[in-house]
Formats: sequence, structure tokens, C-alpha cells
Amino acid sequence: MQIFINDSAFEVPEQASAKQALASFGATPPFALAVNGQFVAQGQYPQLVLQDGDRLDILAPIQGG
Amino acid sequence: MSTKELSAKEQIRYSRQLMLDGFGIDAQLRLKNATVLVVGCGGLGSPALMYLASSGVGRLRLMDDDLVELSNLQRQVLFKVNHLGQPKAKAAAKVLASLNNEIAIEAQVKRADADNLAEHIRDCDLVLDCSDNFATRYALNRACYALDKPLVSAAATGFSAHLAYFDLRSSSSPCYECVFPEREDNPSANCATQGVIAPLLGIIGAQQALLAIQAILGSGEAGTLHSYNAQTLGQKTFKLVKNPDCACCGK
Repeated sequence: MQIFINDSAFEVPEQASAKQALASFGATPPFALAVNGQFVAQGQYPQLVLQDGDRLDILAPIQGG
Repeated sequence: MSTKELSAKEQIRYSRQLMLDGFGIDAQLRLKNATVLVVGCGGLGSPALMYLASSGVGRLRLMDDDLVELSNLQRQVLFKVNHLGQPKAKAAAKVLASLNNEIAIEAQVKRADADNLAEHIRDCDLVLDCSDNFATRYALNRACYALDKPLVSAAATGFSAHLAYFDLRSSSSPCYECVFPEREDNPSANCATQGVIAPLLGIIGAQQALLAIQAILGSGEAGTLHSYNAQTLGQKTFKLVKNPDCACCGK
């Protein structure tokens, strides 16, 4: 199925979890994950089963100011 | 001792916002009676402070231990050539006092840390994180959580920025650490190592001031994080969730 990671289309198997999608995308910590506009606590990544068309945003923390 | 009226001069000075729908004298008095701590008087602090001062926030406390350097002038718009070498908090206080002589401005030339934050936060209504390092960000978040103070946090590096409002007066509010848990391997990139595009600080610092004014007036939307991309000019808004395992506010 197709999901979107940082606005780009990305293929993952049906029933893929957020954790699996992040691993196959190659997301390197540290980052925060939002799915369909809502942040997901890190402990939830393995249980969160993605749906076709889900929009994932990976946000790295920023320290500058 | 809260003030219950505006002087004739204040009515003229703030006339363009007093005429706004849903603003008026009551809102202006709330700004006037507010005390706000701004940690960091650099790229974000400059525009944020200018708008908070010009809008009439009654008491501003500035905290920064840096000196103004030539490389700051590209984006830290409070400062001019004659401020080089001066403590940022003091130079900023002077500029802001000349912008608005109706408000009180207090400069604290010190680095914010876990030991000194509580005393500077306790009498504040709101705190702005305009700092440039993770250590200060985590210490500030923890101090605001411990003292139940609302926190408007912003950060910018390169072409990217974040802006978030954590209303830590509410026990159900997520905090900064819920989103970005403290880690040994947090990115070391900052404006000194990665650079930053100057107007990004103006965009985000101004939004931080706007969110701060909304927070003082009670209309700001807490529990959201806005991310901004200075290459596409695109902004996204995300809903924050409390992390039950958060090292700061979790059980």
C-alpha cells in the first residue's frame, strides 16, 4: 500500500506498523513522528498499524534560535 | 497591583489594536498587566521582543548571557553596530525601552539553567523559549512544568523552524519533552554550525509573539506544533499528545 512520508509517496506492506515504515524509510533518530497531523508517542510505534494513504511526518528536533 | 486603566497616551499608542474586533481596552489591560520571561535575545528573541514590547506587554524580563557579535547582526535585528561587545540582554533592554517607554524591562545577564530559572519564572504569566541550545530548552521546559507556567517555544536552524505552545497550567498538557525526549544524540547543528536564513527568524519570532499575545489573552491554541519550511514557505500544524512515558511530565 502507499503512504506518504514527509509528503513523498512511499510503499509499505499491508498492515505495516509505524515502526516498520520508519525502519524501511531509514529514519535515523532522534525524531518525532506525526501520523495524519497528530504526534505519536515513541512507545506506540510498534502497535500503530498504518492504513493506505496515511501521511507521516518525521520531525527532527531543532535547537537553534 | 494590576492597572485598571490606560493613559491617554497609551490609548493613542495602541489605538490600531484597540480598534480590532474582540480586542479592546480589556485585552490591552491584560497585556499591560502581564509579566513575560523571554529566554534568549538572539534571532528569535529579537523580533519576538520587539512585538511584545510594541504591543504593550507591561513587564518583560530578558535572560541571555551572550555578547553581541558581528556575526549576529545578519539576523538579530534588535542589535546595531554600536552594540557590538555589549551583553545582549542589556543592549536589547535599551533598544526596547526606546521603542516603548510605557513598559518595564528587566535585563538578566546570565545563562538560564536549572538552578536559576525558578526564581525568574515564578512571578511570570508566560515564558518564551527563544534559546539556542537543547540544555536550556530542557531546563526551561522542566521549570515551566514544575511551576505550572505556559510556555511558547520556538526553534530555527537552516531553513526549518518549529513553534509550539504548551499550556503547562493544565496537568493534561503535553510538554516539550513529550515531543522531543532528551537524548545523548540530539543533533548538534545550530545556527553557528549549520547556518540559518535570516528572515526565517523574523517569521517565526513574530509568530511566537503572536502566539504569546494570544496566550495572554486566553485565545491561543495550546497543544499544537507548527513546522515551517523556509524553502517552500509551507507551514504544517500538528496536534501534540502527552507521552505517558515522558521523563518530565509522565507518571
